[in-house]
Amino acid sequence: MDLSLSPAELQFRDEVRAWLSEHHPGPEPQRTEEIVDFRLRWQRTLFDGGYVGIAWPRQHGGRGATLMEQAIFNEEMVRAKAPPPANIIGLVMGGPVIIAHGSDEQRARFLAPILNGDEVWCQGFSEPNAGSDLAAVTTRAEPVDGGWKVNGQKVWTSFAHRATWCMLLARTGDQERHRNLTYFICNMKQPGVEVRPLRQATGDSEFNEIFFNDATVADEDRVGAVGDGWNVAITTLMFERAGLSAASALAIQMELDELAALIRERGRQEDPVLRRRLSALIVDTETMRLNGYRGLSRVIERGVPGPEGSLAKIQWADINQRLGELALDVLGADGLAADSVWTRRMLRARANSIEGGTSEIQRNIIAERVLDLPRMR
Amino acid sequence: MRFDLSDDQRAVRDAIDELCRARWDPAAMRRRVAGEDDGSQLWRELAGAGWTGAAVDQSHGGQGLGTVELALVCEGLGKALAPGTFFGNAAAAVLVQSAGDEQQRQRWLPGFAAGAMRGAIAMVQPDGSALALDADGAAAVVLVGPGHATIAAADSCSFESLDGIDVTRRLTRVHAAQAEPLPGDCGPALDRLEVAIGAELVGVAQRALDLAVEHARTRQQFGRPIGAYQAVSHRCADMLLDVESARSAVLCAAWTADHDAAVLPFASSVAKIAAAQGAWRVTGSSLQVHGGIGFTWEHDCHLLLRRAAASGRLLGGVDSHLDRISELRGLGPRSTTVSA
Repeated sequence: MDLSLSPAELQFRDEVRAWLSEHHPGPEPQRTEEIVDFRLRWQRTLFDGGYVGIAWPRQHGGRGATLMEQAIFNEEMVRAKAPPPANIIGLVMGGPVIIAHGSDEQRARFLAPILNGDEVWCQGFSEPNAGSDLAAVTTRAEPVDGGWKVNGQKVWTSFAHRATWCMLLARTGDQERHRNLTYFICNMKQPGVEVRPLRQATGDSEFNEIFFNDATVADEDRVGAVGDGWNVAITTLMFERAGLSAASALAIQMELDELAALIRERGRQEDPVLRRRLSALIVDTETMRLNGYRGLSRVIERGVPGPEGSLAKIQWADINQRLGELALDVLGADGLAADSVWTRRMLRARANSIEGGTSEIQRNIIAERVLDLPRMR
Repeated sequence: MRFDLSDDQRAVRDAIDELCRARWDPAAMRRRVAGEDDGSQLWRELAGAGWTGAAVDQSHGGQGLGTVELALVCEGLGKALAPGTFFGNAAAAVLVQSAGDEQQRQRWLPGFAAGAMRGAIAMVQPDGSALALDADGAAAVVLVGPGHATIAAADSCSFESLDGIDVTRRLTRVHAAQAEPLPGDCGPALDRLEVAIGAELVGVAQRALDLAVEHARTRQQFGRPIGAYQAVSHRCADMLLDVESARSAVLCAAWTADHDAAVLPFASSVAKIAAAQGAWRVTGSSLQVHGGIGFTWEHDCHLLLRRAAASGRLLGGVDSHLDRISELRGLGPRSTTVSA
């Protein structure tokens, strides 16, 4: 066991830190529509610096660094308060799935524009009637000459209005559940695809609905075998969870530092109840960070992420929600103002235990796949 | 960075598990609860295999193992609900080594390391008396008070046996007439001991989780295993989260104790809180998952719960560690003198 960074890791961290302080793009614009363009420019800067696809193999255009270096990079981005690149979904989920399950032609076609940000990706998994029960998707892809015709509706898709490609999970047969789904890469820039913004509980519109009305997908844009979409999609979700923990914990630590400063600013640093609530959050955030690093060491040994990412996902949601509540209690009446950054965080955190798999689904995964308890169904 | 046990560390863990399987199985533990086994055979086994010297440096006759290794021994013994003799001896050794003077080290450490003279620790109470676990048969007692520690030869102390909540260990009240102070700062030693207690609690919690999962897989109600019901399976998932979080925190703090002294106060407080709260929740949940059978004297659930309740309150309690963490972040009565 060695929790210190190796000389090579230290050198990498210092390089990243120096590069970020030189190239940091400054604060993000306020308006949602400007944010995507801002992050696209930022992704290009990152790409030119060699800091996109850190742990992707070199032959696929990545930096060929270790997963530990990817984690170090993620932490440095958080520490520098640098925005994420625009095509985060392509980088975290779309690309790794093509590397793992795609054909050589697909790798040649799709990976480079994911890295440089020329093509933004979105994820078309959830539907109005297929949320936690993801295998219940009803969006259908029917074989037509040379490809597939898609009809249905997807929901909760970030970046759909700016995306070129959608990771689409669609039903392609009437076999039993989990065997009748296929994973496609669907072009979003076609007449059969309509995107409508979805206003959420915070009042913002981060997400969209997508309507597919006789949209077409070429057969060469299918990833994996017909009927094997469930397995491909599960890989996507495990990559999503594996990438989350250590850097997310650091982001929360920084918010907790802000909250400690707020408590002092309000003259409440001797309030024993507030102090203990804050300390409990600090403890849980630290164990989340450490669980993340232990999980990462295991992924490095085994090569693929495992179901343990579900533990961090539960912790992350729970901590963020308690953090928002504590901040509002510190603010008192000032917390009622809807434009307070803390109020927005408190509201946004309510989605954390739903998005990316609800906390209940994460507990199912832990029970069935880690503890080997009998399946409920 | 590699946050994973090395092969040597895995060997330590496996050796302790093996020793407990052979010498401290549930039947032996039950004999201890019934007062029919004083644990001296297990102690001789631990001494014979060299484990009693784990926490003593080589110049005083010990093995000089790291704190991670010490934690792994404590975890294995906790899983088996072994007596507190190993921890008491290791705690006395760590305190004498870290806060004692050279004369005290030479007088006590070789005996602690060889297992020939056992050490024990006692917590000084507000009335001046002190409470000790498994101090009977010890040669010396280190008495830990707020910010200071003293050592007394056992033949100069009087011991009064008490009924304790943790029936797998012996609770005694110690009166020490001639204790001499350990002159050094005992803070770093106490932090290491909090980590060792945390490790023991990880073992206790792991055992409680294993029992609960086994029961949930096999116990049938309403025509199916109860583990198929989410009220039960989600409770088990939360137990795993507590166990793994405590294990991560304890291993990190153990490594920190040997490599990064400046961060040890924070790391050891996090470890103690995660382990004490986690073990309490997990042992309680395990009893709940077992239902009525878990509330019988014959079942081990209550023994694990009792151990979690007792060890979670050894040295610093959860609240005192929460307060220390907020002070380290610049909040609290002393916050004006602490930088953020």
